[in-house]
Amino acid sequence: MTPRWVVVTKVGIWAACLTPLVLLILAGAGVYGSLGANDVETILNVCGKTGLNLLMLTLSVTPIRRSTGINRLVLLRRLLGLFAFFYLVLHFLTYALLDLGLLYPLIYGATALGISPSQQLLADIAERPFITVGFLGLVLLIPLAVTSTHGFQRRLGRRWAKLHRLVYVVAVLGVVHYWWQVKSDTDVAEPALYSLLLAVLLGVRLHHRSVNAKAAVAAANAGVQPPQPREKASH
Amino acid sequence: MFKRWDKDIKPSEITPEASFLNRRQLLQGAVAAGLLPSIMSSVEAATIPANGTFEGVTKWSGSTTEKVNSFQDITTYNNYYEFGTGKDDPAANAHTLKPSPWSVQVTGAAGKTGTYTLEDILKPHALEERIYRHRCVEAWSMVVPWVGFPLGDLLKRFEPTSQAKYVQFFTLNDRAQMPGVRYPVLDWPYREGLTIAEAMHPLTMAVVGLYGKVLPNQNGAPLRTIIPWKYGFKSTKSIVRIHFTDKQPETSWNMAAAQEYGFYSNVNPNVDHPRWSQASERRLGTGLFAPRIPTQMFNGYTDQVADLYRGLDLVKNY
Repeated sequence: MTPRWVVVTKVGIWAACLTPLVLLILAGAGVYGSLGANDVETILNVCGKTGLNLLMLTLSVTPIRRSTGINRLVLLRRLLGLFAFFYLVLHFLTYALLDLGLLYPLIYGATALGISPSQQLLADIAERPFITVGFLGLVLLIPLAVTSTHGFQRRLGRRWAKLHRLVYVVAVLGVVHYWWQVKSDTDVAEPALYSLLLAVLLGVRLHHRSVNAKAAVAAANAGVQPPQPREKASH
Repeated sequence: MFKRWDKDIKPSEITPEASFLNRRQLLQGAVAAGLLPSIMSSVEAATIPANGTFEGVTKWSGSTTEKVNSFQDITTYNNYYEFGTGKDDPAANAHTLKPSPWSVQVTGAAGKTGTYTLEDILKPHALEERIYRHRCVEAWSMVVPWVGFPLGDLLKRFEPTSQAKYVQFFTLNDRAQMPGVRYPVLDWPYREGLTIAEAMHPLTMAVVGLYGKVLPNQNGAPLRTIIPWKYGFKSTKSIVRIHFTDKQPETSWNMAAAQEYGFYSNVNPNVDHPRWSQASERRLGTGLFAPRIPTQMFNGYTDQVADLYRGLDLVKNY
């Protein structure tokens, strides 16, 4: 039986994670709030930032679990990770469909635009480093989302944990994507904040590993069995 | 929120243009006939009206007929880093700017340097409304009904010398009025520059208003420039100094990132920003599902300005 607090927390996470999307829809429909003068940019920014925030939150689960000893927090990690993926997919779709207008040739006719959205998309991914990096990050998240089920976790065993370490790469790519997107090196307060947070989250893990390694060495020197990490898939 | 009637009424709609002209002719006739003291002939003289709405603004014949952006869009989405780097920061924070009293310092290679009050600056100029396309280097654009007059008419009054090959403009840099200048986001004060030929070009405007109203603080009150064939950052808001010089002047974004922002910064769909394409733009206010539109060379003002750049390599001189 899943403990009651886990159910309650999961419902809370669903509600919190869907709030940005609901607000966007209400604003877009003109019911509540406004998307502002640059509606597409607003959607792009809200989805991108929500995705990045959730990615950071996903990465915070393990350090918080270790420091608090509440091991069941791991049960929330997948949900947060999948919501991060959801918003980052929306972020990409907003860019491809609304900003570049990947479907516009179907709606307006190919000749009406003077620019081909699909060619622009390929050119952007190939030539614009910040888009290349962001796109790569999203692509790397796909196998993680697909293998996030219990079935895959069981089938892949130790390899599952290894595979899911890709999330570190994705988080770094995401923050780099944010850095390179700002207009110049002048508007960097927020990307800098994300970098700091990510550095802390990764630093905590490196520290944990080195402490564990030292403990293992000490244990081996003392001629006893090294203590097994209390959990597998420890990230 | 702005009320409906704030948005759409231009003074030129309240008083038909014909009546303006008639009134003016009537007054001129009266002056000529000696019926009125000659001081009355200065009815065209521009001043900043106390009630916030200009009168006697004529409509320029060269305006674009494209759909004009709403007053709301124009005044709530723009860059004015002195009030914060977010697009909605200027509208939220610019209330601390005091556009009156205002004076402008004129320095450098000119006969009539010195400090001029805003009233001195505006006095002899007749105001007109010009609807220009406005293209930001960030690949969004608007259509804006500016109120102002040709900048060249103002610059000529300062009698630039033959040494005046360039003109540089400076924005106010005051911590008390501008929260953003506490942060070294750019090398304050904001400064921009034009060649003298660009500055004197008839399309280049000294702007004091938009939508028939006094320029809102966040859009660069009380006096700014508009150069419609260049990216928006080439214009200077809340101008406190005009400097004539024989050398290409320092410009803020060029100082911050020279490989991304050149001195000329003409709108050019064929020269991409190093990090994004300039081939197309998002025209704001056209709806969520409207496609981007192709960006035009010189923002569509090629016929008027191409001569300025004859023989210049526009890829090198971006």
